[in-house]
Amino acid sequence: MRELMRQLLWLPPQASTFAWPVDRLHYFVITVTMVASILTGLLAFYFFFKYRARRADQSTPLVLPSVKFEIAVIGVPLFFFLLWFVQGFQDYIWYTTPPKNTMDVYVMAKKWMWKFAYAEGGPNAIGTLHVPANRPVRLLMTSRDVLHSFYVPDFRIKQDVLPGRYTETWFEATKPGRYQIFCAEYCGTWHSQMWGEVVVMSGQDFDTWMVEQKAGLAERVDTGGDDGGNMRGSIVEYGKKIAMSEGCLRCHSLDGQPHIGPTWLDLYQRRETLENGESIIADEAYLTDSMIDPRGKVVKGFKPVMPTYKGRLAAPEAAALVEFIKSLRSTSLENLPSKEATYEPAKPSQPTQRR
Amino acid sequence: MSQQSPASQHNGDNPVYPTVNYLNADRGVKSWLLTLDHKRIAVMYFVSVLVMFLVGGIFAMAVRLELLTPGPTIMGANTYNRMFTLHGVVMIFMFMIPAIPGVFGNFCMPLMLGAKDVAFPKLNLLSLYLYWTGSILAISAIVGGGLDTGWTFYPPYSTSTPMTAFPALLGVFILGFSSILTGLNFIVTIHTLRAPGLTWMRMQLFVWAIYATSIIQVLATPVIGLTVMLVGIEKVAGFGLFDATKGGDPVLFQHFFWFYSHPAVYIMVLPSMGVVSDAVAAFARKNVFGYKMIAYSSLGIAFVGFFAWGHHMFVSGQSPFDNGAFAVISMFVGVFTAIKVFNWVGTLYRGAILVSAPFLYICGFLFFVVFGGMTGIAVATVSLDVHWHDTYFVVAHFHFIMVGAVIMGFLIAIHYWFPKMFGRKYHEGWGMVAASFIILGFIATFIPQFLAGNAGMPRRYYMYPERFQALNVASTAGASLLAIGFVIIAIYLIYALLRGEIAGDNPWNSKGIEWLTTSPPDKHNFPKPIVVTQDPHSYQQPGEEVEHVVI
Repeated sequence: MRELMRQLLWLPPQASTFAWPVDRLHYFVITVTMVASILTGLLAFYFFFKYRARRADQSTPLVLPSVKFEIAVIGVPLFFFLLWFVQGFQDYIWYTTPPKNTMDVYVMAKKWMWKFAYAEGGPNAIGTLHVPANRPVRLLMTSRDVLHSFYVPDFRIKQDVLPGRYTETWFEATKPGRYQIFCAEYCGTWHSQMWGEVVVMSGQDFDTWMVEQKAGLAERVDTGGDDGGNMRGSIVEYGKKIAMSEGCLRCHSLDGQPHIGPTWLDLYQRRETLENGESIIADEAYLTDSMIDPRGKVVKGFKPVMPTYKGRLAAPEAAALVEFIKSLRSTSLENLPSKEATYEPAKPSQPTQRR
Repeated sequence: MSQQSPASQHNGDNPVYPTVNYLNADRGVKSWLLTLDHKRIAVMYFVSVLVMFLVGGIFAMAVRLELLTPGPTIMGANTYNRMFTLHGVVMIFMFMIPAIPGVFGNFCMPLMLGAKDVAFPKLNLLSLYLYWTGSILAISAIVGGGLDTGWTFYPPYSTSTPMTAFPALLGVFILGFSSILTGLNFIVTIHTLRAPGLTWMRMQLFVWAIYATSIIQVLATPVIGLTVMLVGIEKVAGFGLFDATKGGDPVLFQHFFWFYSHPAVYIMVLPSMGVVSDAVAAFARKNVFGYKMIAYSSLGIAFVGFFAWGHHMFVSGQSPFDNGAFAVISMFVGVFTAIKVFNWVGTLYRGAILVSAPFLYICGFLFFVVFGGMTGIAVATVSLDVHWHDTYFVVAHFHFIMVGAVIMGFLIAIHYWFPKMFGRKYHEGWGMVAASFIILGFIATFIPQFLAGNAGMPRRYYMYPERFQALNVASTAGASLLAIGFVIIAIYLIYALLRGEIAGDNPWNSKGIEWLTTSPPDKHNFPKPIVVTQDPHSYQQPGEEVEHVVI
C-alpha cells in the first residue's frame, strides 16, 4: 500500500529518515483532497441532471441552512485542517532540530554550482557530496551571490541558501545510493542546471573513503576553486593557523582563561547575554558575524575593542576559524550552564557582533 | 472590438434590440477615449485584458513547448527565462488583477446598485489610462531590456541581473496605482450610491465580493508599489537595502513582496467567487443558500488573507515558530473558502438548473476550487511544503486557483453578462463544446504538474532530467486543448457580437438588478429610478406560495 501510493503519486524513493513522516501525511492530505473535490464536482454534476429546469420561469423552494448545518460546514474542514497542521508542524519541528552528534559539512552555493567542505577535514568537493548512511549530517550553507535553495527530493529536504547568512538543514540518509541535488530557487540563466549529487555510502565505506581522500590530499594541491586553493588537510588545523597568523589569540584564550575577549573554549553553542540584554546562542552565524562586524553584538561585560576582519578574511578562512572554535571543547562538553560569569575580563573587552 | 450594432433590423418576435444604447449614443473615437461612462470604460478594459490574456497565453504556450523535451527545444535558456517572466507579469498584473473588477466590476456593479455610474467617473477613466501606461511600460521594458527575474523580482538576483529592471518595475508601480484608484472608487460607490431600499443585506453577492476585493486593493497594493520601487532604486543607486554585502537583508524583500502578493491572490479570486455566487443563483433559479455566510466569508478572506503571507517563506530561513503561526492562519482562509463551496452546492439543491455553458463552468469551478484550495492547505502544512516548495506542485496549485478558479469565473462572467453588455446571444452549443475543451484541457495540463512536483521537479527549469518528460509532454498536450477551447470561444463570441441572435433584455430570466434595464443598457443605465423591495437573488414569484426548506 505504502509503495503503491508512492508510485501513484510519482514520489521519489524515500531515502532519508524524514521522508516517511512527510509521505505518510502527504497520502492522508491528498486522499482527503481528492475525495472532497471529486465529491463536490460530482454532486454539482448530479444536481445538474436531477434538478434540470423544466420550464423557463419555474419557481423553486426557498432552501435555507440550519444552524447545525452551518456549524458542520465550519467544523468539519477546520477539524481536518488543524489535524494536518498539528501533525505537519510536529514533523517540521523534528526536521528543524538537528541532533547533537551531526557530521557537519559546509555548503557554499554560487551560480551555478555547489561546493562542499567537511568540517572534520577531507576533500573540498564541487557538485558531489559524500556522506555516510545512518549518520545525521548537518549542512551549514551560505551563498556567494544570489539566493539558491538546496533540494534533495529523495530526502524530502529543502532549504534556501542566502548570501550574508548561514542557514542549516540536516538529514539522515537511510540507503546507500546516489541522489540528485537541485537548486530550487531561481538564480539566473543556468538555474536549471545547478545540479549536484549526494553519494550515500555505508558507514564503513565512507570511513575508508575519507581516509583515502585525506591521504590523497596530503600529496596533491587541492584545485577546489577560486577561494579554496589553499585549503588542505583538516579544516580545523587550517583554522588554527589563521587564528595565529591573524592575531586572534592575542585577545581570545583557548583554555578558558579570562582575557580581553571571551575564551574560545566551549564558546560554540554557548548562550550569551549581550550588552543590550538580548540573549543569543553563539552558533556559526554569530561567530562569523562577529568577525566581520565585531561591534554589532557585544557580549555583556566586554568592551567593543575588536577590529573588523571584513575584507581580511575570505569566506573559507572564516569558516575554518569557526570550525576551529567548534573543535575547542572541554571534556564535560555542552550541557554546562553558560559560563560567561567566569570571564571577568582582566581588562575589559569584548566579543561582539551584530544581528 | 466593434462596438456598434445597427439598430434593430432583427425585429420580429419579442426580443428587441434597444435602438439607442450606451454603445451607439455617442460616436467617434474621442467619445470612447474621453468617456466617463462606466460601461464604456468597462468595454475598453474588456478589450485590453483580452489582448493581455492573448499575449500572456502565447508566452505560456512558448514555455510549454520549450518543456516538451528535457534539453533545449525551441529557445535558449535566457529566452526561456524571459518567457516565464513575461507570462507571470502579464497574466498577474495586467490580466488577472484588473480582469473581473475592471470589466465586470465596472460594468455590472453600478447597475447592481441601481446607480447611474461609479462615484468618481473621471478617476475611473484615469485608472484605465494608468493601466495602459503601466502595461505598455512594463511589457516594452521586459521585451526590450530582457528582464529575467520571474514575476517575483527576488533580490539580490533582481538587483544584480544585468538586464534592465527599472522601467519594468516602474510599470508595475503604475499598474498598482490603477488598481488602488479602482478599489477606492468602488468602495465609495458601494457606500454612497445604493438605490433606495438596497440595504447592505440586499446587495448581490458579486457586489460583496467586489467590496472585499477593493478593500484589499486599497490596503495592500501600496506595499507592492513601494517595494518594487525600492528594488528599482537599489538597482539604480545601490542603496543596499536588500543587499547582504551592504548589511541589507534579501529576506526582507520577500516579506514586503508577499505582504502584498498573498492578499493579491484574493484580489484575483474573490471577484471570481462573486461571479459564481451570482451565477449559481441565476442558473439554478434559486435563492442563494447561506447568503450571509457567503458575504461575510468574503470579508473574512480579505481580513485573514493579510496575515498569511509568511507561508510563502517556509524554507526561506524564517524562524520555525513564525512558520507555524503562518501555517495556522492559512488554515482559516481554507475554512472561509469551504463555507462558500458548501453554500454554492447547497444553492443547486432543488433548483431549476438551466443547461448552459456557464453552468458547465460552474461545475468545473467547484471541482477546481476545492482541489486547488485544499492543495493550498496541503502546501500550508509546513512539513509537506518543505518538499513541495518551489516545485511544480506549487505551480500546479496556484494555476488551479488562478486558472481553475479565476479564469473559470471570468468565463462564467463573459457568458452570463455577454447579452447584458452587447444585447446579443452567443451560440449555446458551441459554448458547451468549448467549456468541455477548457475543463478537460485544464485537468490534463495541471494534474501532471502536480505529479511532476511530487517527483521533485523544481519550477523555472529550462532543462530537466529525463524522468520528468512524460509528465511534461502530458501537460503540454493539455495546454493545447485549453488553447483550442479559447480559440473556439473567441470565434463564437466575435460572431455573436456581429451577428448573434438578439438577446432581449433578460435572456436568463435573472433576478439580478442589472437585468432590470435594457440589454445593452441605456447610456444613463436605468430609464427610471430603481427602488429595491426584495431580498437579493430571490427567485420566488411574488404572491406564489413558497415552500420553505431548512437543511
